[in-house]
Amino acid sequence: MIRFDQVSKRYPGGHEALNRLSFELADGELAFLTGHSGAGKSTLLKLIMLMERASQGQVWVNGQNLSRLGNRHIPALRRQVGVVFQNHRLLFDRSVYDNVALPLLVEGYSPTDAARRVRAALDKVGLLGKEKHNPVLLSGGEQQRVGIARAVVNKPPLLLADEPTGNLDPQLSAEIMTLFQQFNSVGVTVLIASHDIALIRRLKQRVLGLSKGQLVHDGVLRDAAKAGS
Amino acid sequence: MPLKQGASRVAPSGASRKEPARQKTSAKSSGRTASRREADTKGAVLQRTGLGDRWQAYLAHHRASATDSWQRLLRSPLQSLMTALVMAIALALPATLLVSLNNVQQLGAAWDSGPRVTLFLNVAAREAAIDKLQQQLEAELAVASVTYISADQALADFERESGMGSALRSLDTNPLPPALVVTPQPLVSVTQLQQLAEKARQSAVVDDVLYDQAWIKRLYQILHIGERLVLGLGVLLIVGVLLVIGNTIRLAIENRRDEIVIIKLVGGTDAFVRRPFLYTGLWYGLAGGVLAWLLLTLGLAGLSGPVSELASLYQSDFRLQGLGFTASLGLLALAALVGWLGAWLTVGRQLRQINPE
Repeated sequence: MIRFDQVSKRYPGGHEALNRLSFELADGELAFLTGHSGAGKSTLLKLIMLMERASQGQVWVNGQNLSRLGNRHIPALRRQVGVVFQNHRLLFDRSVYDNVALPLLVEGYSPTDAARRVRAALDKVGLLGKEKHNPVLLSGGEQQRVGIARAVVNKPPLLLADEPTGNLDPQLSAEIMTLFQQFNSVGVTVLIASHDIALIRRLKQRVLGLSKGQLVHDGVLRDAAKAGS
Repeated sequence: MPLKQGASRVAPSGASRKEPARQKTSAKSSGRTASRREADTKGAVLQRTGLGDRWQAYLAHHRASATDSWQRLLRSPLQSLMTALVMAIALALPATLLVSLNNVQQLGAAWDSGPRVTLFLNVAAREAAIDKLQQQLEAELAVASVTYISADQALADFERESGMGSALRSLDTNPLPPALVVTPQPLVSVTQLQQLAEKARQSAVVDDVLYDQAWIKRLYQILHIGERLVLGLGVLLIVGVLLVIGNTIRLAIENRRDEIVIIKLVGGTDAFVRRPFLYTGLWYGLAGGVLAWLLLTLGLAGLSGPVSELASLYQSDFRLQGLGFTASLGLLALAALVGWLGAWLTVGRQLRQINPE
């Protein structure tokens, strides 16, 4: 699903966020991405979304070589990738329903089809009763779940999450992670950037540890000292 | 399946590099269908959006963008009205000048009762020679009628029409020559008329030949220059309107930056993002056009009374012509087009600068 091949990313100004990074994430896999802030986690996710382009090397997503993908095809790529953001990135000028429906609106689903999918997504994250609320009225955990519903509403084959539990207490964090595992169990490839090492260790999943733009760990986390250090 | 770090670091050979590209479509569709089938637990129908659905959704988004943009304008009515008024004034100015020109043209057309040729005769010419010339001219195919105006009659006409009779009466002799006024048949060409005039000029009794449509030609030439001026002014003002609309749209885009970023993140195309702003421009243009039409119509209504009074002083039943139905529609269409264009010019440049970070 995702393949990085000797990928480097240098920002204008000389900062090297990724340095000859290679890894592969198979279809239907779930993995965590760890590392200190500045280790290159966000840059890695941005490369997959084509929010940034690699300076060197190749990035493959769902069979497409992103370095050969023109700007015209970026929307089509992003429709295959659901993204959950740390700060939710919800629109507070519209209801929960309209927030979740946005990817379907963009993709041109019929209103009846869209309504069914939005309800299904909201049901999955346990917010079916709050579709008419403004997201500003919801708690942090609920807002994050709206963000997740929006990311999965068009059933993308790949789901990315950037610090999805960043501002949440441990119990809510665990609930959110359980949601991601549920999506993974029905075939969605999931990549979660997080530095919640304690939580990650409990989940016993594959962990990609980044440090200074290089992969320093790949595998299930057993030793707390290894990841991201 | 997790790969060993070492394995994944090995640079793939040229073949394996190319393979995914070649199999791109099949890998994409089969991989996607498989994961979708598995992912589909809620019983939703497994399919991408069909072409018909997309067309419906496209139309629906146009409708939604149009209504939403309009409602946004109404939400800040004073600001919207001011922008529309700037447009209206800029459009009304050249439109007013154009209408004025049209009216003057009409005035000229009313006086232009077909071309005529006036032959001024020698004062010493004898009646018989004049009669003979008149008969010769009347025999010409191109000529409808020939009227003789004697020197005395010309003097009387001049006294009556100019009100300068007393000045003429102080002269010893009548300075006006007798004349033959030739009215050609309708649809006689200018060259035929010229030939006729040249023939007449050779006659001994004719002193001078005058086309009396010459002044009409001059008037039309002046009107032509006026039209050019109005056109130039109009182009300048439309550029001004484009800038005003552009600035307004730029602010609207800044206000909705978050929304644009998120739409781009979930895979919205540039056209999708652009659409509501293009409608905003269209509405501003249309509102400006309607206001411009109102300004113009009210202005003409205010002028029409005094103008007909003035016309009646000249024994004319001239009435001010307003914008016709077609021209009104044209004004609205132009205004809407300018609004749309202003938005289009801004939105493309502006949206390229807004990218998700």
